Amino acid sequence: MGDARVKLLGSWASSYCHRVLLALRLKGVEFEYLEEDLSNKSPLLLLHNPVHKKVPVLLHDEKPVAESVVILEYIDETWKENPILPEAPHDRSVARFWVHFVEEKLGPAIGKVFQSAGEEQKAAAEQVSEYLKLVERELKEGRFKGRRFFGGETIGILDIVLGCGSYWLSVLEQVAGVNLIDVAAFPCFHAWLKEFESLAEVREAIPAQERLLEHARSVRQMMAMMTAPAWTKTEVPTAVSDEAAPVALTK
Amino acid sequence: METGRGDEVKLIGMWASPFVLRVKVALNLKGVHYESLEEDLPFGKSQLLLDSNPVHKKVPVLLHNGKPICESLIILEYIDEVWASAGAPAILPSDPYDRATARFWAAYVDEKIFASMKGALITESDEKRKALVESTLVGLGSMEEALDRRSKGGKFFGGESIGFLDLALGSLVGWLRVMGKACGMNFLDPDRTPRLAGWAESFCEADPIKDVLPDTDKLVEFRKTLQAAMEAASAAAAAAATPATPSTS
Repeated sequence: MGDARVKLLGSWASSYCHRVLLALRLKGVEFEYLEEDLSNKSPLLLLHNPVHKKVPVLLHDEKPVAESVVILEYIDETWKENPILPEAPHDRSVARFWVHFVEEKLGPAIGKVFQSAGEEQKAAAEQVSEYLKLVERELKEGRFKGRRFFGGETIGILDIVLGCGSYWLSVLEQVAGVNLIDVAAFPCFHAWLKEFESLAEVREAIPAQERLLEHARSVRQMMAMMTAPAWTKTEVPTAVSDEAAPVALTK
Repeated sequence: METGRGDEVKLIGMWASPFVLRVKVALNLKGVHYESLEEDLPFGKSQLLLDSNPVHKKVPVLLHNGKPICESLIILEYIDEVWASAGAPAILPSDPYDRATARFWAAYVDEKIFASMKGALITESDEKRKALVESTLVGLGSMEEALDRRSKGGKFFGGESIGFLDLALGSLVGWLRVMGKACGMNFLDPDRTPRLAGWAESFCEADPIKDVLPDTDKLVEFRKTLQAAMEAASAAAAAAATPATPSTS
């Protein structure tokens, strides 16, 4: 299958790449997967994403699409089976709104929990809790009330974006020792996550928890070995920043 | 179908906001009549705004027959989908790859250029400002390249007519001029970014924009208002944090 029309440049631990893998699988798109060594980026990656030099990058007939959410919309517009965005414009705007919320607010807050310690971590965890409450409310009594998934009976773009980072929450709890999703406080979120993780396509797209756990532990150890007084994103070396961090601050 | 003469369209906005400007121009491009509801930022937020955008409490918010749509780029996509008839020009291109390209660069505008610009305008540290100015220039340099590569002819990123990316970046031109005055330089210097300089002129002179584009001098004045408000807020916060002086015994 050397001449595949669709290729995905990715990194096995990156939740941004899992999003794209999942979407391609949901749509039954045949593709070739190319694993990137983020500590030694390939010429192909640098050629096709010169602006950010990050994974995932989707290549369709050699034309690159970068940024996971942009890729998801591209996939939905190009392969029409099993749509991941709703049909009605207002529903689409709501899905996009919450996707953006995960990207700009929830995701970075979770990343901060992972990358910090002590008081700073406590504050970051509280912020995550505040953001999760908003999502919980939408599931309990808001726009997504009564639904199996955010997308309805089948998963949509918001399930993909939120779901492909949420398994990190339990990984982080074990690695960082911070309780982020108390089942009692977030019953609807928990129920949704269980449904999401039960799907065959999801289990195929996301690596085993033990592997993710081991990876997260080694990343955090590497961070701890640096003598910087506060762990901030800018002080994390490229090899473990962004794509390799469980939930990166940028795409 | 969500179009029709029975449509009620309102825009909760603020005259100086570049994000609100994106939406105004998009509505103008589509020939949509709307009611403009002006917020008194930074001094207060209306109940309507708080109810319509409870998560972020920010402008712009588009209210279409009472239903709120938030986040400027998301509003643009909504406008393009709802008012998509033969008469109205398209904001996003029709080809999925071109749409992805436009979305990629619009995200870049917000995450790289706007973020750097805002940081540079706010920061009190000379060192940080210098770095953020540099970051803004790098971002604009990338846009110059993108314009060179992608406009397929035509004055705009969208080609012959204004499109998604033109709206995303064009809305920042006023504030780039404000920043230019503050730093004593031209962020859209024709020597550094010739295509972008020409594009900015074309954008600001285009019909759907010229009547809603805020005056640069007014933006400069508004920035002073913002700075004063921020200083007052941090002084108040500092005073609240200071423990009361114990009385002498």
